[in-house]
Order: sequence, then C-alpha cells, then structure tokens
Amino acid sequence: MKVARLGPVVGVGAVIVAAVLPFVGLHVPWILPGAVDVVNSTGTLTVLALCFIFGGVALGYDVMFGFTGLLSLGVVMHFAAGVYVFDIALTHWNWPLVPALALTFGVTLVMALVLGAVALRVSGIAFTMVTLAFAQAFYYLIQDNPHGLTGGDTGLALSSTRLPAFLSGAVSNTRNLYWIALGFLVVVSAVVWVVTESATGHVLVAIRDNERRVEVLGLRPFGFKLAAYTISSLIAAGGGVVYILLVGTAVPSAVATVTVTLSVVIMVVLGGAASRWGAVTGGIVYVYLQQYLVKVAALPSFATLPAFLRVPLGQPQFLLGAIFVLFVIFVPGGLAGALARARARRVGRRGARAPSSP
Amino acid sequence: MSVFLTLAFSSLALGAIYFLAASGLSLIYGLMDVLNLAHGMFMTLGAYAGWDLATHLPATWNAAGVFVAEVVAAILGGALAAGLTEVVLIRPLYGRPLSQILVTIGLDLAVVALLLGGFGSSSLTLPVPLWLIEATRSGNLILAHADFIAIGLGVAVLVALEWFLKRTRYGITIRAGVENREMVQALGIDVGRAFTLVFVIGGAMAGLAGLLYSVTFAGDLISPLQGDSLLIFALIVVVIGGLGSIRGSAVAALLVGVVQDYTNYYLGTHSGLAEIGNLSVVLLLALVLEWRPRGLFGRTV
Repeated sequence: MKVARLGPVVGVGAVIVAAVLPFVGLHVPWILPGAVDVVNSTGTLTVLALCFIFGGVALGYDVMFGFTGLLSLGVVMHFAAGVYVFDIALTHWNWPLVPALALTFGVTLVMALVLGAVALRVSGIAFTMVTLAFAQAFYYLIQDNPHGLTGGDTGLALSSTRLPAFLSGAVSNTRNLYWIALGFLVVVSAVVWVVTESATGHVLVAIRDNERRVEVLGLRPFGFKLAAYTISSLIAAGGGVVYILLVGTAVPSAVATVTVTLSVVIMVVLGGAASRWGAVTGGIVYVYLQQYLVKVAALPSFATLPAFLRVPLGQPQFLLGAIFVLFVIFVPGGLAGALARARARRVGRRGARAPSSP
Repeated sequence: MSVFLTLAFSSLALGAIYFLAASGLSLIYGLMDVLNLAHGMFMTLGAYAGWDLATHLPATWNAAGVFVAEVVAAILGGALAAGLTEVVLIRPLYGRPLSQILVTIGLDLAVVALLLGGFGSSSLTLPVPLWLIEATRSGNLILAHADFIAIGLGVAVLVALEWFLKRTRYGITIRAGVENREMVQALGIDVGRAFTLVFVIGGAMAGLAGLLYSVTFAGDLISPLQGDSLLIFALIVVVIGGLGSIRGSAVAALLVGVVQDYTNYYLGTHSGLAEIGNLSVVLLLALVLEWRPRGLFGRTV
C-alpha cells in the first residue's frame, strides 16, 4: 500500500502550508471565502480558522460515531458548554486565562461523564434520542439566561480584558487565533491518532462491529463507550473555547442548536466515518462551502437570478443538505470511501477494504 | 381548583398534539427501524400547507370553511411529503438503517432552509375563525376553544388508528410487521407497501400536529423552525412510551403534556425558571429510562 504511507507526509505537508498562509499576501480571485480576494486577509483567515475548529470537532465526534458506532446527537451540548463556561468565567467572573481553561475542562469533563453515563443506559436509537433531548434541554437552559449569566437570546460577548494581549479580540490578532485553531486541529489529530491506534481504540471498533462479542471476551463495553463519549465531548468543548476566542460572541442560535450537531454529523459522513483524514476533510470542506456560499449569495449579480433559482441557491444549508442526501445515497463511505474504491480499482485488486460505510 | 382544572384541560390538548406527532414516529420506527428525523419537517410543512391554501382561497369563504380547508391541507401536505420521502429517499436505502437516518437529517436541513428562503424567518399568521381564539369561561375555569379542537381530533385519530391497526388487512400487516418483520416477509406478504403506508399515515398525523400546535400554543403563528422543536418532544414521548407502541405513545404524550404544563404554570413564573416546563420533560425522560430503559410499554427483547 504505497498510498497509505503517503498519508502522514500529506498531513504534515498540509499543516506546514496552512501554518505559512498568514504570510501569503497573494491575490486569488473567485475561490476565497473572505470578502477580500487576498489569502491572508482577515476574512479568509477567520473562515479557515473556523474550518480547522470544526475539522477538529468532527474528528473528535468520529471517535464516538465512526469508530465506536454511537450516533449521539448531543455533541453541540459539549461544544456550547466549552463556549459558555469559558466565556462566563472570563466575562462575568473576570478570571485569568489559565484558571478559566481549567474550569472549562473540569466542568465539561463532569458533564460528559454524568450525562454520558445516563445516556449510555440505553443503546441504539434510544441513545440517539436521549442525547438529542439532553442537548435540547441544555439549549433551553442557555436561552433561559439563569442569573443573567448567558445573556439568553442576545448572547454574551467575550470580554478580553483578562486575556493576554496577543489573544484579545483585535483584528490584528486574527493571525494568532488562526494559528491557535490550527494548533487545536493538530493536537486533536494527535490525540485521536493515539486513541484509535491504541488497544482501547481496537476495543471501540470491536464494540461497533459486535458489542456482544466484546462482552463474551470479558470486557465491559460500558466503560469503553463512556470513554469514547468523554473524549469526543472534551474535544468538542476545546473546539468551543477556540471558537469563542475567534468569534468573540456566544449566541445560542449559532452555538447551541441541534443544527450544529447535525452539521457535525454531516461533516463526518461527507468525509467518511471511521476515517481520520475523512472526518477532518469533511469538517473543513463543509465550513468552507458554507461560508463561501454565503459570499456567493451576497454578490450583486446573484440578485438578478430568477426567484426559483435565487431562493434555493441563496440558502447554503439547503445546498449542503441536498449534497449530503446525494452523498448518502450515491457515495457510501463519503470521500474516504470514494478514494478507497478508486484506489482499489487502480491497483486492480479486488477486496481492498474500504472504510466501513454507514 | 379551577386553575388546576384549566391546566388539566390545556395539558390534555398538549398531550393530544404530542400523540399526533409521536405515534407516526413510533410506528415508522417500529416497522422499519428508521428514526425519521425529518418528522419535524413534515409538521412544519403541514402548517405551511394550511397557511398557503388559506391565502389562496377566495375571500367569499367563511372563516370556519377556511379553517376546515387548512386542516385538510395540513393532513394532505404532511402525507404527501412523507410518502414522497419514503419512495424517493428511504426506499433506495433499505437494509442500510444508518443511511436512512442520515438521509432524513439532510432532508430536514434542506427543506427547513428552503422554507426560510421562501417564506422568511419571521413567523406568519394563520387565518383562523374568531371562535377558535376565544374561550369558554365559567368562574375561573377557562377552556380555550382551540384546545377542544386539538383534543377532539387527537381522540378521533387515536380511535381511527386503533381501528385501522386492529380491523383492516393493512393494519394487521403493519402490526405484525412491528412485532416481527422477518416473519411477515417469510409469509410472502409485501411489506414494502406497508412501509410507504406508515410513512403516509405518520406524515398525515404530523402535518395535523404541526397545524394544531400553531393554533393552540403558538398564537396562530407558523415558522420554519417550529417542527424541529416539536420533534424533540415527540422523540421524548416515543422513548418514554416505548418504541413501536401506539398505546405507549398515547400514555406518554399525556404524561409529558401534563408534566410540562403544570411545571410551567406553577414554577415557570419564578425568575430563571422560564424554561422549567421543557427541562422537567427531559428530567422525566431521564427518570423513566433509569427505571425502565425500554420505556413504559416497550417490548422486552
């Protein structure tokens, strides 16, 4: 498998290229998502940073969904917990950065363990529904604005007074936040690589393929499933922290609704469940497309289209949903599955194993 | 006491709507193992179908006639959307249950976005007869007329559904399929047609639920996202009642309606507890699962 060994090289190469992008002042027409067609413009770097954040969150989610076979629809709860706990600690309580981070991960760890343990009392579809209900309850809690902490509907802007100067919300810091987002993705990739290559990772895959067999082997699946749930949740919370640093405002409709969860599911499935690079690519491509389509819909020439084209094409969520439906039906295994099939055809070897399709 | 009774009446109406929303979901899952996350979208489409028809009717129609037309349009709209979904998207994916769930996720996102694009994100007002907005009062007892409609239609659908499942050939096929699909197929009965049928029935009930929800609890307003929040409660009802059980759905729908309405009234006025009704329902779900992981009427496998 020559191509398989190329994987790490491509990955490291992509990270290096991404790391130097903020120094590239090239003018590139058409393809950039930012308002200005320059590679290191603030708009483009912000969108790319979002891509990295959700690439990481999607990869973390893949540990639970693709590798362990748990279709949780509650991932947004842990993402939003990361966003809000960090935001509240800095903005309302005026905590310094490090204690705020410690609090955020402490709270999200407890949340993941407790809620994960309750949800994992049931399996299969019931688990999916329970996680969805928990996430929705968390959304209501945020909407409720308890003790004026979350700001309810209007949201909560991050106060940057206690942040180190290089992180404060100034536009000139976009470059730093971009690197932090990239760093987040690299760290998540390393963690997920270690987890999935470890003995525990193999048990997770075994649980997905046949839980009963794992039990017969004398292992208790519950602990492993809870571990997968917790790892995914902590990664989502970490993504939430980087998100609030980058975006600067937490609004429930953007960070806490079920739409975020569904988007993450779509990212993983588009890229290829149980494929590490697939999940990351899915996350990056999804966010990039979403932002890019918003830009296209805002073009002056777009308004001249007839309504039957303008209305659907002006809704990125419609196009992404439709693309996703087509992918599920016609491209099982997502991008990773398609590549594996193409590779198998080229090598001319039958039975080359594609990543398992959902 | 009269407050207590007023709440009992309105929670009965809420329960009726949850039953309409949840029982189709439960039947679809019971028969096909498909978790239909586009069910909320059917509810939204039902409400929009009613609104759309009402705005196109000639002004000479009286208000009651318009409302009846809205109800019929909601039922047909939901049924049509669900039937198409099953034939076009679910059918090619038989034997791939996870893909079927995923397809319904994509469909829900796409259609809701389309509604947002076509009708805007702000709510639209459903034209209803004046009588429906009023309430019958006796002392402190207040019985909203819209609640009468919801309860009446909910009970009618429950009775019709029980009759259909017990007495008709298709109904018996569906019930048998929910119990043991392989056995029914082994007997040479075409289950595929039953699949489409449960989707159509479920979609019709969902469309009705979407419209009734607007009329009873949303001040006659409809919005593209209403179905998604209703779907969450429908899912909770299905899990509490037990997957695949109609009677379970009915009981759980009442239970959820009562818990939500009473906690909302007695606790929701305290500061920081405005969403207590919704939260208590999730707590109820967690408690039921701790006590009975398969729900109240769930099958023991």
